[in-house]
Amino acid sequence: MKKEFQIISELIENNTRVLDVGCGDGILMKYLKDQKNVDTRGLEISKNKVQICVSKGLTVIEGNAEEDLKQFPKSSFNYAILSQTLQAFYNPEKVIDNLLNVADKAIITIPNFGFWKVRLDLLVKGTMPITKNLPDEWYNTPNLHMCTIKDFFNFCSKKKIKLYKSLALHGERTFEINNYNLNWKNLSSELGIFLIEK
Amino acid sequence: MNNKENIKKIIIKKPLKLDCGETIVDYPLAYETYGILNEKKDNAVLAFHALTGDQFASGINPITKKQGWWSYLVGPSKAIDTNKFFVICANVIGGCMGSFGPGNINPKTNKEFGTDFPVITINDMVNAQHNLLDFFKIDKLHSVIGGSMGGMQVLQFVANFPNKTKTAIPIACTASHSAQNIAFNELGRQSIMADANWKNGNYSYLNSTPDKGLAVARMAAHITYLSKKGLQEKFGRKLQEKDDLNFSFDADFQIESYLRYQGSIFVDRFDANSYLYITRAMDYFDLVKQYDGNLSKAFEKSRTKFFIISFTSDWLYPTAENKEIVIALNVAGVEVGFIEIISDKGHDSFLLDVPEFLKTVKNFLEANY
Repeated sequence: MKKEFQIISELIENNTRVLDVGCGDGILMKYLKDQKNVDTRGLEISKNKVQICVSKGLTVIEGNAEEDLKQFPKSSFNYAILSQTLQAFYNPEKVIDNLLNVADKAIITIPNFGFWKVRLDLLVKGTMPITKNLPDEWYNTPNLHMCTIKDFFNFCSKKKIKLYKSLALHGERTFEINNYNLNWKNLSSELGIFLIEK
Repeated sequence: MNNKENIKKIIIKKPLKLDCGETIVDYPLAYETYGILNEKKDNAVLAFHALTGDQFASGINPITKKQGWWSYLVGPSKAIDTNKFFVICANVIGGCMGSFGPGNINPKTNKEFGTDFPVITINDMVNAQHNLLDFFKIDKLHSVIGGSMGGMQVLQFVANFPNKTKTAIPIACTASHSAQNIAFNELGRQSIMADANWKNGNYSYLNSTPDKGLAVARMAAHITYLSKKGLQEKFGRKLQEKDDLNFSFDADFQIESYLRYQGSIFVDRFDANSYLYITRAMDYFDLVKQYDGNLSKAFEKSRTKFFIISFTSDWLYPTAENKEIVIALNVAGVEVGFIEIISDKGHDSFLLDVPEFLKTVKNFLEANY
């Protein structure tokens, strides 16, 4: 399992209820279910991936976070997970709002557009950056709203969203982000992982 | 429609109070089974048939000599693998394949019931079939499954018996029959009643069955089971065994000939009064109303794990209506998965060889066993 999922699963307490939004082929769900006795549900846009989840015995609904989060009553889950898809929504702010409605806490990870390699690509080459976490060309990327770790940090403080945990990931190493190292982590990290609560 | 004597039947002694107020007792329920019930009796799957189905889900139907209506799904190594599961399927009450229906003899008159048969509902059908669990001494089913009206029975079954099945698979159905659904059913009923041979439902003993009316009902309904794209691709404007238009009202087009054929073979296996009664039961189906406008209430006592399936080209029971059930289950806190299968075969997709659909059913049933 990839490092990002390991970190997410460490943030989740045992015996809780979790909604994995954009659960893909259910690797994280299966791990949480088997290792932490978590009651998991998934929402996934790809029919193919829903099929894979069904064959693993996972409970997944084919749907889109922007349309289908609304169906869950308030506080149906302890946690909602959104891994590297926030930037692909038409309205990320509304999605975060809905996540924090259906779940008490949300774990959101973002590919960091402030990462130095990304900045360098744009600065030196003058072309849209292509990295491991951002592999697509500008003309076929699903990403509509890229942001940096610092952007997300500022967003939470502006919207009065509590940041329980802010982690920066670079390769296999994780760091806590705070107000003092924010600029540095925003430059040196590929991925931001945030545990938030309204 | 003879040799129905050899059909498996149980006579249900337990009185059943119907929604219409009448009580029935000592009535027959015809059924068929596939596979073997294991010792723990935890591998049983109860399959509910749709409007014109019967208990012969798989193999060769002994009455019609045709493949069972769910032969793609039910059988050894198939989606509902009868090497693993014990599949039970019963003819609904109101039907015409051995269960208590309008073709049965009314002891008061010694003639067929005809329209003196009580109006039955999906709820009544499900309550009657629940007796099969006692008959087979099954405490809890592994699954209840059905498409279209079969899906409605799945929903009603879980609402009535919240913890009598581990899983439930309603397919291409609705929790509340729409105005459009009712309209099409009424068209079918009116065409039967407009046939002079219907004789207010007393046709059978007069030996004049309303075949024309029933055939037209079937033709109209058949169109609603297909998609525009599917029809266009299969038939287009192709002519039936001729090179040019006939300038007459013969079946010039292949689609006309196809529908006429569908109508004509249907009357050989189905009873017109049963068609009236079963379509009426579908029209009366409104699980939302049964639970005071809140569908979630129907499921809040249940621990059954649901999987709901719809089809992209099904305009009779569209994805949106299936999704309303998903939403209600989520509100009730019931575990539910959902997928919309891509198919241009319309509502009929649930009866056909649609590999993604078959795979979903198989994976869900087996991953949860």
